[in-house]
Amino acid sequence: MTFREALESQDSTITCEVAPPKGVNMEHVLEEAELLRGRVAGLNVTDLQAASMRVSSLATCTLLEQKGLEPILQMVCRDRNRLALQSELLSAYVLGIRNVLCLTGDHVVLGDHPESKPVFDLDSVSLLQAAQGLIEGRDLSGNELAGPPEDLFLGAIVTPRADPVEPQIYKLHNKVRAGARFIQTQAMYDADTFAKFMERVADVDVPILAGIVLLKSAGMARYMNANVAGVFVPDSLIREMSAAGEKDRSARAEGKKADFRTKTSIEIAARLIRDLRPHCAGVHLMPLGWGHHVPAVLEAAGL
Amino acid sequence: MIASERKPTEEILGYLEAEKKVFVVACDGCSAGCGVSDPEHTAEMVKELEANGKSVTGTARVEMTCNRGLTALVLTQHLADVDSADGILVLACGAGVQSVAAAVEKPVHPGTNSVYVGGFQGLWRSEPRCAECGNCMLDYTGGICPYTACSKSLLYGSCGGPKDGKCEVDDSVECGWMRIYERLAALGRADRLQEMPPLRNFQNMLPVGDKRRGSLWALELAEPEKAEGKD
Repeated sequence: MTFREALESQDSTITCEVAPPKGVNMEHVLEEAELLRGRVAGLNVTDLQAASMRVSSLATCTLLEQKGLEPILQMVCRDRNRLALQSELLSAYVLGIRNVLCLTGDHVVLGDHPESKPVFDLDSVSLLQAAQGLIEGRDLSGNELAGPPEDLFLGAIVTPRADPVEPQIYKLHNKVRAGARFIQTQAMYDADTFAKFMERVADVDVPILAGIVLLKSAGMARYMNANVAGVFVPDSLIREMSAAGEKDRSARAEGKKADFRTKTSIEIAARLIRDLRPHCAGVHLMPLGWGHHVPAVLEAAGL
Repeated sequence: MIASERKPTEEILGYLEAEKKVFVVACDGCSAGCGVSDPEHTAEMVKELEANGKSVTGTARVEMTCNRGLTALVLTQHLADVDSADGILVLACGAGVQSVAAAVEKPVHPGTNSVYVGGFQGLWRSEPRCAECGNCMLDYTGGICPYTACSKSLLYGSCGGPKDGKCEVDDSVECGWMRIYERLAALGRADRLQEMPPLRNFQNMLPVGDKRRGSLWALELAEPEKAEGKD
């Protein structure tokens, strides 16, 4: 079943993110993807995440597709102008890729080549417009295509925890009008806020998958609260992670092996899956390097 | 100098569709020199507005509209006329339109496109507010330029980056799109964010030919006299 069919089946859908490496050793990312075979409906492949140079999303998606996995190509507007972006959409299509998540992208100054030229010729909304145009058989200049990529399946993101959230809601509507057929959200850690957000966007009639980032430690949670836009980890979760870290430290002091931190992280993620799923079409997991723990998270969530 | 040209009348009337009473601000600086906002062409603009059913509550001339302090000072001398208007039409460069927007809580509309003239050396410019994009979007964004106020020059709203209203690139800088949103919301026009204007056309930033024909350009283009003697 394709990702699109999974969403259309109305069953709660799970997707997970994998990240291409910096360098040409693909074993790790392919192993992580393999662990998720048959367990998720789609695998998002990040596009130079956090503006750091690495193997492209397109190349990685192509390898996944060749292995019979279901990739979701992430495309950001930071590094290519409208010619290159449209060309890559066509290229992805001829390589067998059908799902595309359109994003604006982090600014180059946040990444590992801060001196480079930020492009942003298009943005998330206009990239969706461009892709929708290709689906309908014409490029951004109105030229006709010899064979349109008719069944590209376009998606976008939203940040439910943005403050103020109104501009995000206007933009979400614009994204859907521009061609988005599915939505994945920024990381959510409280079901109540998410439920309220879902009420406010009840008139958006495309499936929304709630984003979940695996909490690796109390420190990571505090860091995200201080530095990552639109992410808020409640104190109760920080305390849980911090208590687990404490237990690990005292166990190690007694010379015992312990990993309460990972266990707690998995429990929290599983709980979030159970709490968020009833409000939307499913969840999107972002393990940020902990992909090998995702099967345990899914098991703990009863999936 | 920032070179500018008048926007087509239909485009200006489109901006003013919901507004009956209009106050006009005309700059006596660069755009006057370009024959856009000098007294004669300003009067012409006012006539065109009136011919199209608008009532012009007044006109203010500002020596250098790009100077926010000066613009605010001049506008205080026209308080009653500004207050009674539904919106303000500004004949000035993009920086000038943004000066007016910063001074008054009214919808502000650009009457000109600021165009790139490329290589006009030797003239001092103080403000990065106008990018001379050649297709002024200040009507859509409530008088704050998305190209210069947003680090990514986004045209379709904020990215996911702003935190506490600050830009992801530099947390001492306000997010341009949050400023645009707050201003539109204060004017009761946040629903304009539903609009999806046409994509930016970078061809509009190519140097404009007919702006290169003045005497300053003649000096710019003059061949330097050959120094070597005859043989």
